[in-house]
Amino acid sequence: MNAMPELRFDAPSTLAEALQLMAAQAPDAPVRPLSGGSDLIVQMRSGRTRPARIVDLKRIPELVGIRRDGGGWRIGAATPCAVIGEHAALRADWPGVVEAACLIGSPQVQGRASLGGNLCNASPAADSVPALIAAGATAIVVSAVGGGALQRREVPVETLPQGPGRTALAPGELLEAIRLPAPPARGGDAYLRLIPRSEMDIAVVGCGVSLGLDANGRIASARVALGAVAPTALLVPAAAEAIVGSPLDDAACRRLEETVRAACRPIDDKRGTAAYRTRVAGVLARRAALAAFERAGAAGPRNAEECAQ
Amino acid sequence: MSRQVIDTIVNGEPVSFLASPTQTLLDALRDELGLTGTKEGCGSGDCGACSVQLDGRLVCSCLVLAPEAQGRRIDTVEGLAGNGTLHPLQQQFLEQAALQCGFCTPGFLMTATYLLERRPDLEDEREIREALAGNLCRCTGYQNIVDAVRLAARRRRGLDGRVSTRAAT
Repeated sequence: MNAMPELRFDAPSTLAEALQLMAAQAPDAPVRPLSGGSDLIVQMRSGRTRPARIVDLKRIPELVGIRRDGGGWRIGAATPCAVIGEHAALRADWPGVVEAACLIGSPQVQGRASLGGNLCNASPAADSVPALIAAGATAIVVSAVGGGALQRREVPVETLPQGPGRTALAPGELLEAIRLPAPPARGGDAYLRLIPRSEMDIAVVGCGVSLGLDANGRIASARVALGAVAPTALLVPAAAEAIVGSPLDDAACRRLEETVRAACRPIDDKRGTAAYRTRVAGVLARRAALAAFERAGAAGPRNAEECAQ
Repeated sequence: MSRQVIDTIVNGEPVSFLASPTQTLLDALRDELGLTGTKEGCGSGDCGACSVQLDGRLVCSCLVLAPEAQGRRIDTVEGLAGNGTLHPLQQQFLEQAALQCGFCTPGFLMTATYLLERRPDLEDEREIREALAGNLCRCTGYQNIVDAVRLAARRRRGLDGRVSTRAAT
């Protein structure tokens, strides 16, 4: 790999150590955290990024693994998507999030790629991000304060990406984990994307929808998020409002499509024109909403016992 | 360039080698350990020719930095055959002529073994193709590769894997 200049590599086993290494950041000597490397190492090999130091996060226990967290879930930021895909209980609660994670690249890429990497790489077309936003996921961000103590803040996932390749993480901050809430009482989520082939491509448009139904099977709560139609993934509250209170009938679906298209501000590029992306966003939103609706109905009412597990 | 000692288990044997952080695991396997079965195709995680297992996970070794392998278990195509006997998938690839130039074959074999370890019931051609989506064959010899994987899965379940594809479907 002759494109890479001198490079230091560290694989700390604690957050404090990792944050200390990250703090040695300088404009001419960038320090980059390494999760699965499916974006970072590609960028290093092409010469697009030239870090002076790599901090491998995968030996830090807080960064890897999936565990119950109250009624929801905590997913370490560096947990490989392959591990997420094999987690049956997580998939039962958040099938849309898991299917989005499993759309990222090939089985080989999924052996490495992570939700934290997908989020922090800040591609507008990142598959897992609209699904996480729709699910109401939050990001746990950690930094060091004096004396080796750690400080954490928790923010909605949609506030992290700021534009292609840019995040709201301050220097010295690391994304530690993604937290998913308990799914709504009668809830379901789905993520769909359009690509020109059947596998191994980058979304032309992506759409995540999460719904909760009331006792009459009408939509009580909704979150709709879009990918690849703006510089960052978008949460579209107007699209949610367009279907709340409805049984997701045709009229509601039409309102959903209109509000989704109104929120799109895509660019023309080799993967699709702005007009095409806008049109497809409406179609995907309808299909994702219908899939989420069906899952919510199939899930049935969740009782307190289930939620306590 | 600072090189460090990396201790690993390669194909079941403890192996230590020197590597610099700018080397990929792929480079280390080929250049430091002489395990040239693992190939470099694209170098960007698209073609799968460099597929190996790292701690039991299928990965592109071109997108792993060599020092990341410290203390990890690495399984390469060289570890598939044992005691002079081909792995059943290798045997099936031979019988189906599932290779043309052969450059992509180690990667396909690594993906297919990973796949069959997890999905011994695999039968559906579309699922097989989806699972193999991260491996490219520039000779376009996909049909025989997919057939070989499907027939190896059948054979593994004690079904007839020798019949020709056309007759079997």
